[in-house]
Amino acid sequence: MSKVGLIIKREYLSRVRKKTFILTTILTPLLFIGMIAAVTFITAKNIRNEKLAVVDEQSLLKSNLKNSKSVSYEFRNDVDTSNFKSKGFTAILFAPHSGINQTRNFKLISEKSLNRIANDRIDKDISHALESNMISQELKIDPVLIDSIKSRANEVKIEAVKKDELGKLTSSNFDIASGIGYLTGFLIYITLFIYGVMVMRGVMEEKTNRIAEVMISSVKPFQLMMGKIIGIGAVGLTQFLIWIILISGLSVLFGSSLSPETMQQVQNAQQGAGGMQQSAPPGGMAALVTNLSSVNWIMVVGCFLFYFLGGYLFYASLFAAVGSAVNEDSQDAQSLSFPITLPIILAIIIMINAINDPGSSLATWSSIIPFFSPIVMMARIPFGVPDTVPYWQLGLSMVLLVLGFLFTTWLSAKIYRTGILLYGKKPSWKEMVKWLRR
Amino acid sequence: MNILEARNLKKYYATQKAVDDISFSIKEGQIFGLLGPNGAGKTTLLRMITGIFYPDEGEIIFNGRPFDPSNDIRQIGYMPEERGLYKKMKIGEQALYLAQLKGLSKSHAMELIKEWFTKLEMQSWWNKKVEDLSKGMSQKLQFVTTVLHQPKLIILDEPFSGLDPVNSNIIKDEIFRLAKKGATIIFSTHRMEQVEEICDHIVLVNKGKKILDGTVKNVKQDFKKNLFKIGFFSEPGSNYSNAFEIVKQNDDHSLTVKIHEGFSPNDVLHFYLQQQNAIVSFNELLPSLNDIFIQLIEGTAASRQFQSTTV
Repeated sequence: MSKVGLIIKREYLSRVRKKTFILTTILTPLLFIGMIAAVTFITAKNIRNEKLAVVDEQSLLKSNLKNSKSVSYEFRNDVDTSNFKSKGFTAILFAPHSGINQTRNFKLISEKSLNRIANDRIDKDISHALESNMISQELKIDPVLIDSIKSRANEVKIEAVKKDELGKLTSSNFDIASGIGYLTGFLIYITLFIYGVMVMRGVMEEKTNRIAEVMISSVKPFQLMMGKIIGIGAVGLTQFLIWIILISGLSVLFGSSLSPETMQQVQNAQQGAGGMQQSAPPGGMAALVTNLSSVNWIMVVGCFLFYFLGGYLFYASLFAAVGSAVNEDSQDAQSLSFPITLPIILAIIIMINAINDPGSSLATWSSIIPFFSPIVMMARIPFGVPDTVPYWQLGLSMVLLVLGFLFTTWLSAKIYRTGILLYGKKPSWKEMVKWLRR
Repeated sequence: MNILEARNLKKYYATQKAVDDISFSIKEGQIFGLLGPNGAGKTTLLRMITGIFYPDEGEIIFNGRPFDPSNDIRQIGYMPEERGLYKKMKIGEQALYLAQLKGLSKSHAMELIKEWFTKLEMQSWWNKKVEDLSKGMSQKLQFVTTVLHQPKLIILDEPFSGLDPVNSNIIKDEIFRLAKKGATIIFSTHRMEQVEEICDHIVLVNKGKKILDGTVKNVKQDFKKNLFKIGFFSEPGSNYSNAFEIVKQNDDHSLTVKIHEGFSPNDVLHFYLQQQNAIVSFNELLPSLNDIFIQLIEGTAASRQFQSTTV
């Protein structure tokens, strides 16, 4: 095996065999899925049918309250605050005595407070019943007519369609694209940090352990640096792969253990709660699935892998250079790595902008510059290639990223081979520039 | 035959001349001492010989051909002064890893490691981690990893620092044994008493320049001051002769004398034989390397180091 191969193997195995690696790799998806599962089950369990007794002496509501999954109503005049519990009701609702305009005087009495979903439901049911009453009383129109008009008007849905040069129409879905953009952009951002810092710590460890010179007497500094970078990159890929397999496996398992009815209930409950927009897309899950399948997954996954590796290689060698320049002091490492972390943070800010306007010139140019491109380009790609991101932009961005990491690697190698053998005080930026000239 | 020749090596840093025109040659099988105070340029010199640095000027001839680091590195074992190991790695794996990086096959490396571990009584260490070893133990491991791949040239920078006398002797014996088997050893230190004991040939560098080159015996001869010590049976009187002068009268009935130019030790003996007081001993007083070096680098800031290490 070649020397670089041996180094890669050691770097890889020494990390993958660690207990902390195994724990985080397995626990993260378990925790992730577990949390979603817990929330879903708890929400599903919490949906109870609250039985309400309604005392409506003035007949303001005209028995117009419709029963729903979460609340059912019974108009009774023989129930009062003292006996509603014994008659099997969770709560008792008193309509005002005075008249239809005294709508504030509804009173709901219960032993323990009702959950929010039921409360919201009751609120809406009452106003709908009152509205119907008022319409029929004051406008003399059948409320059923009004209902049908409303529901027809609500069905309006915008279908956003893009027209490309060939005149072919493709449906686009902004929400899905921006969701994928956020997810992939953030993933690259997080991995650049995690694995970049891992490279830096690895180099610092070699320096503080004083193994660097022993190693350098057998291999070239460049081989040692590249071996470490590739080895840790492989650790990152392994972790990703395990996560993808575990998460998709667990979600299939978890998804099949839920009946479709429960899913629907949970979905409704979640929509009801938080007063979310009432105009939830008709069809809900089904629409989401069709929208997801409209995304060019091969392009997204392919570009994700490319930009993950490209971005990692671009930044990891810079982190290695910083690690080689500092000694034990982690504060030195922090201050020296600041100029490297700055563009990564800047990139995430630009990315948030780019998602809102993927065609803007800021988004376009920063998705071409290698410092930002791994994160910003990933936010733009889900919006579509070649319509939002023309081929020339994607090509240029990729070529520049490859040239970029070749350049940073070359630059870092020069700093690294001097820094790794230097003990004592932290070098200044000026000194590090001098090392480049050697 | 010379295994290594350094010709006019120069290495300048921004602020100083670390190595300024140094030449020397090392014969095969020699134990060669590279001496000098801290900051004299020893480490830079060694890093050029091991291919870690390229010299700014000059050339290195290894085994009769110009030094080619990428190939010749296999023939060299280097134990740097700043040395260490991967703390979390097991001893056996560590030794195997470093041996494989030197180009040994896995099976061959295993064989050699087992041999050395048995010899130095380290067999039980295999599954221990480096962080669990004492400093002396990890030094031993370090030595094994340096010589494991049977290098022709072994370079040891301060090999005994941190070793107790017992382990020091074990390592010293191994060094002699390796030299006897034909390996050439470069031994870099500023501890002079070890040099006198171990080295055949020495080079002294100070401030980037070579200031002394020769065998230990010759160097001592060159710097001798014609001092002799004569022991007597009883208290000698303060005598006078043309041939010598008395430098010091010692408490143990002996005299330290300096023989004048043009006279020989026999003249001294002849003088005292004519007297009643019986002579018990007669020795030449050769300067210690430590004395020579202090004398050579006298006045430089570095000379203080040697005075403090005098044992």
